[in-house]
Amino acid sequence: MPRTLLHHYARAVDRYDEILDPSGRVRAHWKPLYAHLNAAPPDSMRQRIEFADRCIEEDGVAYNVYADPKGQERPWALDPLPLVIPAQEWRGVVEAVAQRARLLNAMLADLYNGQTLLAEGLLPPALIYGQHGYLWPCTGAQPPGGVFLHQYAVDLARAPDGQWWAIADRTQAPSGAGYALENRLIVSRVFPDLFRDLRVQHLAAFFRALQEGLEHWAPVDQGERPLIVLLTPGPYNETYFEHAYLARYLGYPLVEGQDLTVRGDTVFLKTLTGLKRVHAILRRQDDSYCDPLELRGDSALGIPGLLVAVRARRVMLSNALGSGLPESGAIMGFLPAIARRLLGEELLMPSVATWWCGEKPARDYVLANLDKLVIKGAYPTQQLEPIFGRELNNAQRDDIVRRITTRPHAYAAQELVNLSQAPVWSRDHGRRLLARSVGLRVYAVATPHGYQVMPGGLTRAAGRPDALVLSMQRGGAAKDTWVLADGPISALSLLTPVLGVADLVRSGKNLSSRVVENLFWFGRYTERLDDTARLLRVALARLIDSGGETTPDLQAMVDLCIRAGVIQPGHDEGDDAWVPIGTRLVDAVYDVEADNSLAYAVRQVLWSAAQIRERLSLDHWHSLNRLQHNLQAAGQRRHELGETLMFLDQVLQVSSSLTGYSMDNMTRDIGWGFLVVGRRIERLAFLASTLGAFLRRYAALQDIRLDWLLELTDSIITYRSRYSRQPELLAVVDLVVFDERNPHSVLFQLQALLRYSRRLATELSEIPLDLLDQEFQTMDGFGLWQFETQPDHACTTLAAHLDDVATAAGELSDVLGMRYFTHVDAVSHQTLAR
Amino acid sequence: MARYHILHETLYDYGSAVSLSQQMLHLIPRACPWQHCERFDLDLDPEPSWRQRREDAFGNPVEWVAFHQAHQTLHVRAEMTIDVRPHLPASLALAPAWDELIAAIAYRGGVAPRAADLNAKRYLFESPHVRIKHELEPFATDCFPPGRGVLEATRALMEKIHTEFEFDPEATTVATPVLEVLEKKRGVCQDFAHLMIACLRAMGLPARYVSGYLLTHPPAGQPRMVGADASHAWVSVYAPGSEHGWVDFDPTNNLLPDTQHITLAWGRDFSDVSPLRGIILGGGGHEPEVEVTVTPVEG
Repeated sequence: MPRTLLHHYARAVDRYDEILDPSGRVRAHWKPLYAHLNAAPPDSMRQRIEFADRCIEEDGVAYNVYADPKGQERPWALDPLPLVIPAQEWRGVVEAVAQRARLLNAMLADLYNGQTLLAEGLLPPALIYGQHGYLWPCTGAQPPGGVFLHQYAVDLARAPDGQWWAIADRTQAPSGAGYALENRLIVSRVFPDLFRDLRVQHLAAFFRALQEGLEHWAPVDQGERPLIVLLTPGPYNETYFEHAYLARYLGYPLVEGQDLTVRGDTVFLKTLTGLKRVHAILRRQDDSYCDPLELRGDSALGIPGLLVAVRARRVMLSNALGSGLPESGAIMGFLPAIARRLLGEELLMPSVATWWCGEKPARDYVLANLDKLVIKGAYPTQQLEPIFGRELNNAQRDDIVRRITTRPHAYAAQELVNLSQAPVWSRDHGRRLLARSVGLRVYAVATPHGYQVMPGGLTRAAGRPDALVLSMQRGGAAKDTWVLADGPISALSLLTPVLGVADLVRSGKNLSSRVVENLFWFGRYTERLDDTARLLRVALARLIDSGGETTPDLQAMVDLCIRAGVIQPGHDEGDDAWVPIGTRLVDAVYDVEADNSLAYAVRQVLWSAAQIRERLSLDHWHSLNRLQHNLQAAGQRRHELGETLMFLDQVLQVSSSLTGYSMDNMTRDIGWGFLVVGRRIERLAFLASTLGAFLRRYAALQDIRLDWLLELTDSIITYRSRYSRQPELLAVVDLVVFDERNPHSVLFQLQALLRYSRRLATELSEIPLDLLDQEFQTMDGFGLWQFETQPDHACTTLAAHLDDVATAAGELSDVLGMRYFTHVDAVSHQTLAR
Repeated sequence: MARYHILHETLYDYGSAVSLSQQMLHLIPRACPWQHCERFDLDLDPEPSWRQRREDAFGNPVEWVAFHQAHQTLHVRAEMTIDVRPHLPASLALAPAWDELIAAIAYRGGVAPRAADLNAKRYLFESPHVRIKHELEPFATDCFPPGRGVLEATRALMEKIHTEFEFDPEATTVATPVLEVLEKKRGVCQDFAHLMIACLRAMGLPARYVSGYLLTHPPAGQPRMVGADASHAWVSVYAPGSEHGWVDFDPTNNLLPDTQHITLAWGRDFSDVSPLRGIILGGGGHEPEVEVTVTPVEG
């Protein structure tokens, strides 16, 4: 008899088991999933896991881990098995979580206005005034609708008796809802039939509710439609993926502090067409960094003057500034009394037992029972890692006792919770389920009709069987959460249409200058990648053709590569430091540290793409992630020349698919215009300077073969079909410089650049194009007959013109930068006078 | 009673253009029972694009100003006439013992605190410039024997700081942490005030940071006080039972402020009441020139 999937699944002794009942039988609501897993052939599960991994890689789902020496981003770990929760049980969770959100909102409203909780002794002042998170300048601020918490999340754990407990509140800028959505997209594709048959509740309505709430309360003047932006600290934040993902999903511009500015008491977005009023800010940046004028002055991230606008109620912050207070676990013990006072209700869901050491009886209990407790900072800004009493040696124990005794009010202790366990799919053993501790983060949003709870959430499973902490940073995995419906699934809530004809938007009028600048550089860098790959491919092909010998033709090619900065000048043969040309070319492909190497160009593309993540489609991302993947895979081995050539082919494929997406799928707004102008400027500058250098060398030494000029410009087929003979100077120059129908010719770039720039100029202010236009006239009027009579002279004259063209392209780039992007790099700083 | 004319001028020469500037000014004297502001003028050059006046969370008047046009210099001129009445405590001995005070104001769950005690607790915990570290208590502790009156203990602490520390404008900046001041034993009035506040709070006593001015040229025969040509800072300690509930101490000059100190604002520390705190976009150097002149007015 074959072993069941549960053969290796550890039975729960002192904890609740999600899938098995106490007698060891699979619980009713898990049966369909379990049966499905049991019936699935081993290969099919492996394929599904690979499919999920591929989705994560290609969508670029990542969780940045600051401390990870291996790099910026680590792929999100996802276990394909969802946590299944029946409808009946979920109703209790929903009610309790909505109540808790309401309670914490009421508590914040009280703490920033009136403070009856402190005046009546229901909360110790130490837990409020002692927190750096209590923002004094926000005292008396009344957010629209009295809503401090638009978004709320709570970490839940299930006690051995099956009861759910709240173990941590997230009120500052709760993260993870976007990951929950992404998990859902992937897992529902892993088990499509099951997902449908089980009638799993959908998540979309939750995000609609978030939008609805923000639009409802955003303070607008008569006749205005609210402009809502998502504020991120930037690509270095650990959850930046989610910020970009949500911005794209919700359709809000993703902005950084420097994209916004306050004039008087109003917040504006800096766009290319001027300042646009912002009505609401969905905030993913910690509040103390939000206004350097009145809050932390050492931060360059914020928006100076924001608090003025908040107090004037000209802008809504979601969540309100100062709403991080309830994240202090020490407050939990006071919540039942606060609920009675503010809501007249009993708490529906208990919090994990918590002792605040600022009260003597509690402190005495904590010191006497350290082994059973986990010690936490009373203030979230302490950033103290939880300390598990039972893991301490004597010295560590003495240390923590001393710390608690010296500053008791800064510490709290919580009971250790035996988390429930649920099955995860074993990646190492194939068909096997393992028992792992799980916790569930549940989300709620404020709507005009009360708090709405997401039907689902982010389930996290521990990485090891004995892990005490659930943390994506410590090797745990996320799971989707399937809340079953007991009625029909409503696909989407029906919203009343609010858009009229006057609200229709056809241009990217709300694009921030920063996004446009990054689109421009994304255009330039993708083209630079393409140019670099082509140049190196031609050089490598020459080297392979010559059997490794340094022929004059190869030497000429290498000199041009050096001139273009793609490879470094080397030492003469015979010197100690001499490096064979093959090695130098391979290094120019893979060495990230070398300036202008191909690997460096890839990095620039990825960097600029990361800045505009929410503007790029998933298809873009798939290509970019493939590029990074290929480079990483290739970078770990020694390289043959032939293999390197193949890698260059792959790069060119990716680059052309990127171009395809940009041309075919991106909306042609101003941002797209800058992307295209960036591409054309880069290609024009590259072609003009490379062709100029080529012609000069050709005139002087005539040691270069003309056919690589055709290779470099992807024009071989055209040439052959037109002339069916060996390349000749006049015909080649005509094709790669003057032919307006060849998309790789100089004149084609000039025309396209002028056309797109003029189009931008009609939407924006004047763009000075005289110089470029003049170069176009010169080139257009160039007498090709000179190549018949005085070829050498014609080469040098044309080379000089091409140099001018390259210069004009560079100047246009500078002008655009000066006129439209300059303020992006300008840094604010604090001034103080005593 | 004393009457003063005060001129507080600040000049920023940024060296290059500042395209956007927002400033928060704590230059308007707050109303106190012993102080009356007869006249106050605030002149700014250039003229601000936007301005607003209101109270901050600690009851100080604040003026917010913004400049939306490019400018290279900013000149702020605050001018006022103020009356100050004597307000020294009748006796330092009347205040409660410091340890009894701590016990009296301690939090008791479900019991409503006295309003004044609750208000004082705003000034009991860490603030941006006053980090409470365990090195502070050993420094302060010999001033606080059990049962000593809170004002006498505070005076002992003030004397200790004044004796052991040297006034040295070169030793610190606005950002120097308290522990570094404790180690170097040097600093300016702001550093001594922060250090003293940190010690008081480490002991468990509420203490405020007071920003203000000193008489520039004292009457004949009296020494000129340190810090008289700039804005000054000192400390106020919570002393229930005293006339105003709080009593001021000036560790820089080792005395209890009376009619030669003019109060501008108070808060948890310098960051709450910086006379000019701003954010500028652009500009090169931004060290301001500050000049304060306090002259007695006859009458």
